[in-house]
Amino acid sequence: MGRIEKTFLDLAELKQKALIGYIVSGDPNMSSTLMAMHLMVEEGVHVIELGIAFSDPMAEGPSIQQGHERALAEKISLKATLKLVKSFREKDKKTPVVLMGYMNTFEALGSEVFSYAAKDNGVDGILIVDMPLEASDEFTEECRKQGLDVIRLIAPTTTESRIKKICKQASGYIYYISLKGITGADSINPEEVEKKVLKLKKLTDLPVVIGFGIKDGKSASKVKDLADGVVVGTALVDIMGGNKEEIEKHLSIKIKDLSKALRKT
Amino acid sequence: MSKKEKLPDSKGRFGIYGGVYVAETLVPALEELAQKYELIKDDKEFMAEVQDDLEKFVGRPSPLYFAKHWSKKLGGAKVYLKREDLNHTGAHKINNTVGQILLAKHMGKTRIIAETGAGQHGVATATVAARHGLECVIYMGEEDIKRQSLNVYRIKILGAEVVSVNSGTKTLKDAMNEAMRDWVTNVDNTYYIIGSVAGPHPYPQIVRDFNSVVGEEVLFQSKNQIGKMPDLLVACVGGGSNAMGLFYPFIDISSTDLVGVEAGGLGLDTGKHAAPLNAGSEGVLHGMRTYLMQTTEGQIQNTHSISAGLDYPGVGPEHAWLKDIGRADYTTANDQEALDAFKELTLVEGIMPALETAHALAYVKKIAPTMDSEKVIVVNISGRGDKDINTVADIEGIKL
Ligand SMILES: Cc1ncc(COP(=O)(O)O)c(C=O)c1O
Repeated sequence: MGRIEKTFLDLAELKQKALIGYIVSGDPNMSSTLMAMHLMVEEGVHVIELGIAFSDPMAEGPSIQQGHERALAEKISLKATLKLVKSFREKDKKTPVVLMGYMNTFEALGSEVFSYAAKDNGVDGILIVDMPLEASDEFTEECRKQGLDVIRLIAPTTTESRIKKICKQASGYIYYISLKGITGADSINPEEVEKKVLKLKKLTDLPVVIGFGIKDGKSASKVKDLADGVVVGTALVDIMGGNKEEIEKHLSIKIKDLSKALRKT
Repeated sequence: MSKKEKLPDSKGRFGIYGGVYVAETLVPALEELAQKYELIKDDKEFMAEVQDDLEKFVGRPSPLYFAKHWSKKLGGAKVYLKREDLNHTGAHKINNTVGQILLAKHMGKTRIIAETGAGQHGVATATVAARHGLECVIYMGEEDIKRQSLNVYRIKILGAEVVSVNSGTKTLKDAMNEAMRDWVTNVDNTYYIIGSVAGPHPYPQIVRDFNSVVGEEVLFQSKNQIGKMPDLLVACVGGGSNAMGLFYPFIDISSTDLVGVEAGGLGLDTGKHAAPLNAGSEGVLHGMRTYLMQTTEGQIQNTHSISAGLDYPGVGPEHAWLKDIGRADYTTANDQEALDAFKELTLVEGIMPALETAHALAYVKKIAPTMDSEKVIVVNISGRGDKDINTVADIEGIKL
């Protein structure tokens, strides 16, 4: 059983929700990322999504764009990120790590080379933002061969027939985008999310997590009961981009707040 | 079977190029657009409306002008100019916006967005939005806002909002990222008029089709005015819409050669250029698979060109395909060559071309003298040079 599946099964048994934390690999530098990964886990993050910096991150709002730019300024590549995951695995063999990014940087390495190296270094899944179902044959094929989960996005605009098609191809978990927009937008509407997620849960057995627009314990509690977990990105990337001396402190406070909100019944 | 009949295929691809590489939120919107467009492009009433606008609002057909003096000076082939510079708003860009805004209205959209580099597409979009009374927002890189200030002001007078984009390289590609971000947020009421044969399917097809009126007219005009088909068509290539519009009706006419001219900037060997077909490699950007200027790690590179409209690290997927199958050739002209051609055409023919167009002219300057006097070249004068006066004066060290 893969780490992602096991993590969600264990949480389900405990009737707990998954907290998924997104930071950009190499933002503001590699050692900070490694430190943050361990710290996040310590404070209650169950799955880590590592953003792979791209020069043209089309789906990101200003905060995460800046995260990408900071990492690019450090010349962080996908290869360096694979090494980072390997270092992370020296101490943490349990927490799933998902790489999230844009098609072009993954393809530059090549699907075969990438998927082999990813598995070998301890990556558990990939989420490629601009690789919808129709565009993904070769890449997903290679990833599957290696046993990597290919996480799929579902948006408020996704039709029911499309949801069915996507769920058939997905593995790991389904990432429901809570709003029409880019990362960091804050117009999440819990009633609308509820309607969609209820429908979605009927169409898949995979865990469903909700992302976009969740930035603290308060916004997390509004949607946590609808799904199996929540994703927090922009709020963490803002911390990584803030005062270097205070990253640890702020990250710790933030994750504690989120974690507490998720555990509250 | 004819090469052009079936492309793009049902997945929006031209060979391996094109496709739909976008975030999930936009997939249904693009599917809807593709479906609506499939229906409407064969709708007589709709196409008659487009045709009427092209005649009475844009001023089509544009003349095919024999550049007698320049041809004589070059001392080889006869050079004809397809006068897209005479269109309303001064470039070929209006052909596409006239069509797309009718499509937007047909789909019930009330808000229009667009990206622009040189500002010509921004002006053309703001123009049709004003005419149809639709809200309009134009995304433009901070760098381009500086060098195309005249067009920025025109867009504002036309009632559109100009949003300055200061992420990334602050040019056309970043404006396109920002327009995509707007679209993903406002997809319910907003129509995104992409300004070239680039982006996810069905845009490369839609923009090509609406610009094909250029090539269709050249077919007709060549028959009537010259009595034969041109031996060579030349156009500059940024995203590739003016070139695609000229080339497309000729794809099956194998006796007509097709040459696209990319921006060589300071020279291909300097890396400071905007010539993905000549010096780039395959990749995925802005929803399409195509040739890109990129690092070995897949990061998109900075581009450089004297002309804002060619300053783009990608190119329309159909050009990538035409290159690979060898139907069209792609070359470059550098900044200085373009500037020289800009001045020469202005002096010899009294026609001041856009700096983008001047790249195509620079190639004609090189190739025409090597050809027989019976040979005919048609070059697309994609736009007029008024917008570039500040840039040219700057280079000459003149304060206006
Ligand atoms: C006059 C003119 N020609 C050419 C271009 C390049 O675009 P395309 O390659 O799509 O024709 C532009 C773009 O702004 C333009 O303004």
